[in-house]
Amino acid sequence: MALTEALEETARHAAPDDAAPDAAPDQAPATPLLRVKGVTKMYGGRIGCAAVSFDLWPGEVLGIVGESGSGKSTLLGCLSGQLRPDAGEVIFDTSAQGPVDTLKLAEPQRRLLARTDWAFVHQNPRDGLRMGVSAGGNVGERLMATGARHYGRIRASAEDWLGRVEIDPTRIDDRPRQFSGGMQQRLQIARNLVSGPRLVFMDEPTGGLDVSVQARLLDLLRGLVRDMGLSAVLVTHDLAVVRLLADRLMVMKGGRVVEAGLTDQVLDDPQHAYTQLLVSSVLQV
Amino acid sequence: MTDQAYNFAYLDEDTKRMIRRAILKAIAIPGYQVPFASREMPMPYGWGTGGVQVTAATLVPEDVLKVIDQGADDTTNAVSIRKFFQRTAGVATTERTRDATVIQTRHRIPETPLTEDQILVYQVPIPEPMRFLEPRETETRRIHALADYGLMQVRLYEDIARHGEIATSYAYPVEVAGRYVMDPSPIPKFDNPKLDDCPAIQLFGAGREQRIHAVPPYTRIRSLDFEDHPFIASKADHACALCGSRKSYLDEVITDDAGGRMFVCSDTDFCAENAKGDA
Repeated sequence: MALTEALEETARHAAPDDAAPDAAPDQAPATPLLRVKGVTKMYGGRIGCAAVSFDLWPGEVLGIVGESGSGKSTLLGCLSGQLRPDAGEVIFDTSAQGPVDTLKLAEPQRRLLARTDWAFVHQNPRDGLRMGVSAGGNVGERLMATGARHYGRIRASAEDWLGRVEIDPTRIDDRPRQFSGGMQQRLQIARNLVSGPRLVFMDEPTGGLDVSVQARLLDLLRGLVRDMGLSAVLVTHDLAVVRLLADRLMVMKGGRVVEAGLTDQVLDDPQHAYTQLLVSSVLQV
Repeated sequence: MTDQAYNFAYLDEDTKRMIRRAILKAIAIPGYQVPFASREMPMPYGWGTGGVQVTAATLVPEDVLKVIDQGADDTTNAVSIRKFFQRTAGVATTERTRDATVIQTRHRIPETPLTEDQILVYQVPIPEPMRFLEPRETETRRIHALADYGLMQVRLYEDIARHGEIATSYAYPVEVAGRYVMDPSPIPKFDNPKLDDCPAIQLFGAGREQRIHAVPPYTRIRSLDFEDHPFIASKADHACALCGSRKSYLDEVITDDAGGRMFVCSDTDFCAENAKGDA
């Protein structure tokens, strides 16, 4: 896989401000989908995340792991435009205008980006869904927000998407409240992917679900990521999730990236003391 | 007889000036909700405190005031507000739409076409069309600022999904002058086409919510809809039992406990004129 080759050139223990591959091989796309340079977010005197840099290439899934408070979610918030970093650049290769620094975009454009090219899957489906609106309305909202005004077609694509995330399309008019936790999470994914985004931000997508439901959700996500050629930034503290989904892994501690590299390399041969601790902390069944 | 204990039209001049500024701003930005420092009025919230304040700020001694409640001139709300201004402003009052210069209304637009010399003041309970979809005021303001109205369409989608058609029959959301989405107060959607290109000034006052919005004369008002479920200005499919009109909006009146009912014009002035053959 071309991306893997590109990544193999990446220094294993790149300094936090230079985690990007130096040069991509010929067969790789010319520009990364997302180029993050020195993103820093302070909460007063405390570090949220500091000098985080990486490139995300089309079709690649980047996992970010670390303990609670390590700055994972802060970083994700900065990347997805929900938080404003104090320093750094987040350059996204938009389908309309090519690479732009999303932090410098005007808010209307950023919002448009957030519901066309981007998707955000929250840990708690309640944060990402409208609980008082039917499943069909939830899935259709992005379409209507980008100008769809034909009820029949909106409903048809909602039905199609419910099917793709394994929700019985006859439940299209039920509200998310009547769904189980796993179904709510799948509905949230359908709602986000209906507009055909190219980059998905996921914040602990399997958090709070029991293991069998987690496994099905991961299967589903893996299928969708592969079929749609999605790129994703996946924040989690569950190493099994990144093992399954992520091509590449960043380990964060205290707001800084302490180790980055291919997922299997990092997990099988951790170099940094913290990563070693993290890997050895996983319970073996 | 004017009650000398009060300033003209109850409110003091400084308050009226503040409200007039809000009204001017609202007219300058059609459909935009202008915040204003709503005063405590001698009536409960929900009885038209917003409309009364806008009327008070609009009235001049030469005005002829008409007050209607659900189209009728003779219901409690209409009678008490009319009396209020008779007592505090001493202005002439009328029940005839064509004689009035200021019309305060709750939930209806008169059937008789309005003219350039008239001001229509609406009582508004909830000015924010997205209130029940998005509880955060910060977010709804941002949606208005960015004209990011996908959410309104979700509301109509939900209607069709649940009822097979757009079942919203009153407070039907409209787009004002191609920009702001506005809740036209709880008028029946039958009245929505009358908002469009209306020669009169239309002012909307929400007392509890402290907002004023406005539609200037001859403004384009479009009711939101779907391509395959277009907006329909519906009414009960009957003729008025009193005047026989088939084109005016009807109230259904239950007449006994054996299923007896009659349909009558909600606009009492129009009904009376029509019965006399004047309308």
